[in-house]
Amino acid sequence: MTELAHPAVRGPDDAKRRYLESTGPRRFARFWGEFIRRRPLGTAGAVLIIIMLLTAALADRIAPYDPTAFNFADLLQGPSLQHLLGTDPFGRDVFTRIIYGSRTALLVGFTASFVGCTLGLVFGVVGAYLGGRIDQLIQRLMDVLLSFPLIVIAIAVVAALGTGEGKIGNVIAAITVPIIPRVARVVRSSALSIVNMPYIEATRAVGSGAVRIMFRHIAPNVFAPYLIMLTAFLGQAILLEATLSFLGLGVFEPTPSWGLMLRGAGMQFLEQAPWLAIAPGVAISMAVFGFNLFGDSLRDALDPRLRTA
Amino acid sequence: MFNRQIAALPVALALLLAACTPAPKGSAATQSASGAEQPQPGGTLTFIVNAEPPSFDGHRETTFALLHPIAPHYSTLYKFDPGDLTKVIPDVAAAMPEVSADKLSYTIKLRTDVKFHDGSKMTSDDIVATYQKIIFPPTGVLSPRAGAYAAVETITNPAPDSVVFKLKYPSASFGTNLASPWNFIYSAAKLKTDIHWYEKNIMGTGPFTYVSNTKGQDWVGKKFPDYFGKDKNGVQLPYLDGYKALIITDANAEVNAIRSKQAAIEFRGFTPQQRDTLSSALGTSLAIQEAPWICVNYIVPNTKKPPFDDVRVRQALTLAIDRYAGSTALQKITIVKDVGGLMRPKGPFAQADADLQKIAGFGTDGAANKAKAKQLLADAGQSNLTFKFLNRNITTPYEPVALFVLDQWKQIGINATHDVKETSAYQADLRAGNFEVALDFNCDFLDEPDLQLAKFWSASGLGKGLNFAYYDDATLDKMIDGQSRETDPAKRKALVADIEKYAMDTKAYQYPVLWWYRIIPYLNTVRGWRIGSNHYTNQDLETVWLGK
Amino acid sequence: MRRYVAGRLLLMIPTLIGVAILTFVIMRAVPGDIVALKYAGSPVPQSIIDDERHQLGLDKPMWEQFTDWMGEIARFDLGTSLWTGHSVVEEIEVRFPLSLELAIIATLLAVLIAIPLGVVAAVKQDTWVDYAIRLFSIGGLAMPSFWIGLLMVLATITFFGWAPPLVFTAITEDPIANLSQMILPALSVGYRYSAVSMRMTRSTVLEVLREDYVRTARAKGVSESVVVMRHALRNALLPVITVVSLEFAFLIGGLVVTEQVFNLNGIGKLLVDAVAHRDYTLIQALVLLLAAVFVIINFVVDMVYVVLDPRIRYS
Repeated sequence: MTELAHPAVRGPDDAKRRYLESTGPRRFARFWGEFIRRRPLGTAGAVLIIIMLLTAALADRIAPYDPTAFNFADLLQGPSLQHLLGTDPFGRDVFTRIIYGSRTALLVGFTASFVGCTLGLVFGVVGAYLGGRIDQLIQRLMDVLLSFPLIVIAIAVVAALGTGEGKIGNVIAAITVPIIPRVARVVRSSALSIVNMPYIEATRAVGSGAVRIMFRHIAPNVFAPYLIMLTAFLGQAILLEATLSFLGLGVFEPTPSWGLMLRGAGMQFLEQAPWLAIAPGVAISMAVFGFNLFGDSLRDALDPRLRTA
Repeated sequence: MFNRQIAALPVALALLLAACTPAPKGSAATQSASGAEQPQPGGTLTFIVNAEPPSFDGHRETTFALLHPIAPHYSTLYKFDPGDLTKVIPDVAAAMPEVSADKLSYTIKLRTDVKFHDGSKMTSDDIVATYQKIIFPPTGVLSPRAGAYAAVETITNPAPDSVVFKLKYPSASFGTNLASPWNFIYSAAKLKTDIHWYEKNIMGTGPFTYVSNTKGQDWVGKKFPDYFGKDKNGVQLPYLDGYKALIITDANAEVNAIRSKQAAIEFRGFTPQQRDTLSSALGTSLAIQEAPWICVNYIVPNTKKPPFDDVRVRQALTLAIDRYAGSTALQKITIVKDVGGLMRPKGPFAQADADLQKIAGFGTDGAANKAKAKQLLADAGQSNLTFKFLNRNITTPYEPVALFVLDQWKQIGINATHDVKETSAYQADLRAGNFEVALDFNCDFLDEPDLQLAKFWSASGLGKGLNFAYYDDATLDKMIDGQSRETDPAKRKALVADIEKYAMDTKAYQYPVLWWYRIIPYLNTVRGWRIGSNHYTNQDLETVWLGK
Repeated sequence: MRRYVAGRLLLMIPTLIGVAILTFVIMRAVPGDIVALKYAGSPVPQSIIDDERHQLGLDKPMWEQFTDWMGEIARFDLGTSLWTGHSVVEEIEVRFPLSLELAIIATLLAVLIAIPLGVVAAVKQDTWVDYAIRLFSIGGLAMPSFWIGLLMVLATITFFGWAPPLVFTAITEDPIANLSQMILPALSVGYRYSAVSMRMTRSTVLEVLREDYVRTARAKGVSESVVVMRHALRNALLPVITVVSLEFAFLIGGLVVTEQVFNLNGIGKLLVDAVAHRDYTLIQALVLLLAAVFVIINFVVDMVYVVLDPRIRYS
């Protein structure tokens, strides 16, 4: 039934699958060499991602100021040499907060996407392999999650567990939940095509346990769609964090976050201090842009026929 | 370049203020230049309300979102003088009440020319039925403000044009409470058929009749031709042909509505940056009125949670806050401004600045206060105090106020984290005592110690559900009760000052950060509306008119 | 065939029941209380709060509240909003047409942009045309739509002194007023939405272009435009329809931020307000409604597949 919604999703080519299973350094180098040569957009995306990773890793060294230190004498300063992107209503350096904001974005993006995709992978593989009642149950559960309005999940998680400093995990949870069913659907249909392959039968005949078959033999074979979705949802998770923060349901002051910088003051000062809204908006867009460019090209490189909705 | 623009704004504003609006005199504004013009009848006023009313019954709701669209349909017994919002004047009453010598009996003569929108005549029966519902609600009828009339023993009507309130004991606030903007006069006949009728229907004696209401979008009213009100030249009120209230919840959308002239005014209040955006876009077609507001944020340490049961810790928290520096910075970015105690600064019950400054945390020497705060923490063995500061997820003004306070605490070595919750969850935590220190708030329609001190009653007594510091203090209860029964204004003010010293300093139970400041930028075609110290009263739009 | 359709229809029921249970449990588990919130910040004694909770039936045991609700649903009664005291149907009927219309306009815009661009990008794969189209579309996925929305309003108001009308007029009443309110939000949503559909169009067309029968057609000397239009696009459309319909289902309730930024009186905003108020009856009704819309659209998509693609029918 669910295959109907994603009929185009199929298992990866055998060749590509074998490629992914082999992690030999030479093949690895050849693959990326080809990737850079043939996919300039994907390479640009990769560069954006690397810049972002470096920024996050070296935030302490690059950032000219303390991201949370107030300076009421310097509030709402325009861009200048002292403050490249100006200051906010508390006199904090916007450039510094953008730099530290990359940490929040990456943390939320990576964790939510990784956890969501991995849980989706587990549900998808388990459903496809076990079939029958359990598969039905998982599918219905995923349908429920999928048809449940995202915003209600978000508010519920955030309201039940709270947000604020040091509670970023709750925001991540809110973003993770809606990723799970979307991944599970795709993984399930990919896995279904593998479950009936002769070599799985053979493994079973040898006496391998169900868990071993699922995670040693099936899971690696749906790794390609998993990887593609991981990159795609990474960008979406960053965007979702921004949206939730904008609605007052995400990360909170004084944590530096791009989405948060757009909320309230950032938007209210849109005209007096446009840098407050433009800088974080551009940062979010570039980050998501990078992940999407890279993810798209990765998909093309791994399997031109494989798509995710 | 942007800096210069911002720096120039206050000057431009000052000019605008001088040109279009009165300089505030005390809490009340003086006669404005535009007020001297001859009002022109006609036109429809479109204004913004940034929330939606729950039910339509003023007696049971507590939000301004009900008053702004609905108050124009109703009259009250008394109301606040639109020209001097500290003064009570008759509305459907014919004169001020006659108070007996023992102050236990209030006799009120009514106007005889008041008609309901259905054409029926208003009589003392309607007043009695209305106040019976408010003060002695039958089972199943909610009246959240019944407590303000606890002194009332009976309501009777000896004649169709007169009503008598008998009190059990003298009450200083009873007279002004009869001007409560919530006490809409309802028809006795309607209440008799269904006491809940007014929750979903409108039928009053006010200047405007109900036309339509689209949920989540707008509320429309039109002039009631048989309205009893006339202006001082004998011209029939209201001046307007009608009004339309637009429900707009987003701050930017509100600004855009006024900027594109789709709405003329929002009666609650805008932030300084919303004002500045409008003033630079609209120039001289914008008028601005500003006034101190009877709204304030409190810092509330939960006295049930150690170490906040230790008065030294609570004192340190208030001493650490340099309210004067905070005022200078925060008034540029949000809707707070004045430093004050428990009563509105510059209001009738506010202490003189010199007296206020003797209270812990209100002194002007910030550095000395911080040193003292550190010492207190050290004495209490809490030099490395760490706690969570509960706040709600509303930007204006909670976020900047909380960030400012957190920064102040950080300066004396307190490591407090910002614990932001969605409003409903925040309320739940407050009510369950599930927090360490919280940022609370309070808004009232009147400078009245009984209202502003309601949060200070013992938590297990009258303060239940209001006092989130969770202390019980019989001494303080006695002090609050004492000022309430004191009918001499000067003596009462002194008693209130004692309470401020005791509650904010001696015991340091809970204390304000900064008082809010109301800013109303509006199209200068709107005339005859004057800003007051609250956003509840003066909303019947009776004397508002539209100029060129 | 009939058995398949019937089975598919029956599967909607457990999903909706699951949604109902989940909504009920989640909202009750989340702290907060509508009555306490209603009187927040006002000196209201606890007894008043308790009274109102009792009147609203919030002091009943959980299971009783749930069975009450299920009983109402079985009688097609969505109940009364706890916040306004008006019927839930009344609350929804004002907002639903707006959200539906916005979703439809955004979908039309998205499809109009996405399909031609997607086909062109596929045909011109790995040329600068493809790159430009993909950059444009990925941009739509990358920028927060509320951010674009705000910048659009700011731009029109700064340069033209014009802002979209704030009051909804039905399209039957005054199409110009209606569209001038809808066009900016529809664009800001449609852009993102077109990106999703464009990517799908591109990759399905790419895939179809590699199919044997297309190669055969080409080998036979059929002109490229005929190949693309007649063979590739027609066969590539099915997955695109899926994506478009699923996105459409999400849009009806998912335009929360857009509705906020453009002050649109729609279902998304109503849902957020209802959750913020803890207005249980309204939340339950809305979530169930949105889930039903989603499930039904899914069902219709599946049926379209069955009709268009016989392989599925027989498998």
